Amino acid sequence: MACFIVPGAEAIVVTAAALILKQREAKKALPKPTGVPAGSMQSEAKQGFSRKLFWLASLLWGGVVLLAFEHLWHGEVQPFFPFLTAATEGAGAVSEMLAEMASVGVTMAVLVTAIWVGMLVVSRIIEKRPAAQAEAQA
Amino acid sequence: MTLLLTVFAAVITTAIWYQKNDKTLQLGLLCWMFWGASIMWFVDAVFEYIELRADYFTPALEDMINDSFLGLSVIALALVIWIVVLLIKDPRGVIKNRLKK
Repeated sequence: MACFIVPGAEAIVVTAAALILKQREAKKALPKPTGVPAGSMQSEAKQGFSRKLFWLASLLWGGVVLLAFEHLWHGEVQPFFPFLTAATEGAGAVSEMLAEMASVGVTMAVLVTAIWVGMLVVSRIIEKRPAAQAEAQA
Repeated sequence: MTLLLTVFAAVITTAIWYQKNDKTLQLGLLCWMFWGASIMWFVDAVFEYIELRADYFTPALEDMINDSFLGLSVIALALVIWIVVLLIKDPRGVIKNRLKK
């Protein structure tokens, strides 16, 4: 009914956190020494955690946009106030919508986040791989 | 069917993204959209399966056609979003060069 609102709310929070973190990482970065090509410092800053937090934000936003379209397709969302069709169908429909948000919506948000955590673990392994290979060759 | 079509789109897009390894194509955007939606629709499918059990796998023909149509529309929407973002960002400067001429 409106399950995508839960990951949507998470997407807003994660995006805000990623933007704040990106700003902090940029501030923490050392001042650009002379002779360094433009963009190289920026790319170093991008390697921070904010970049990985944007992965989660992208997954959430991507899913939310396409799910919002699906809800529009099924008439569960409308492009005018009160936006959620259930809100015009009485208290029973609203409680049903809230129950669905609490079950399906929360599970969606949790699963996307869990998959992102898995991606962090895998990326960490991949990042360490060249060093491990170099050590083995030495 | 919507979930299936989105998963296929996600896998194909990710394979192209890996093969091309070209940031200027902005294929990452498509990958995030399709995978995000696939995960969320998977959760939806699990909840529906818990409710319907075996009946989940034998949908009515009309529902299947509607879901397929929805799946294709979702893919079309994602592609439109991707192409609009690509043209606005214009990483290769193609649009900029055309406008300068």
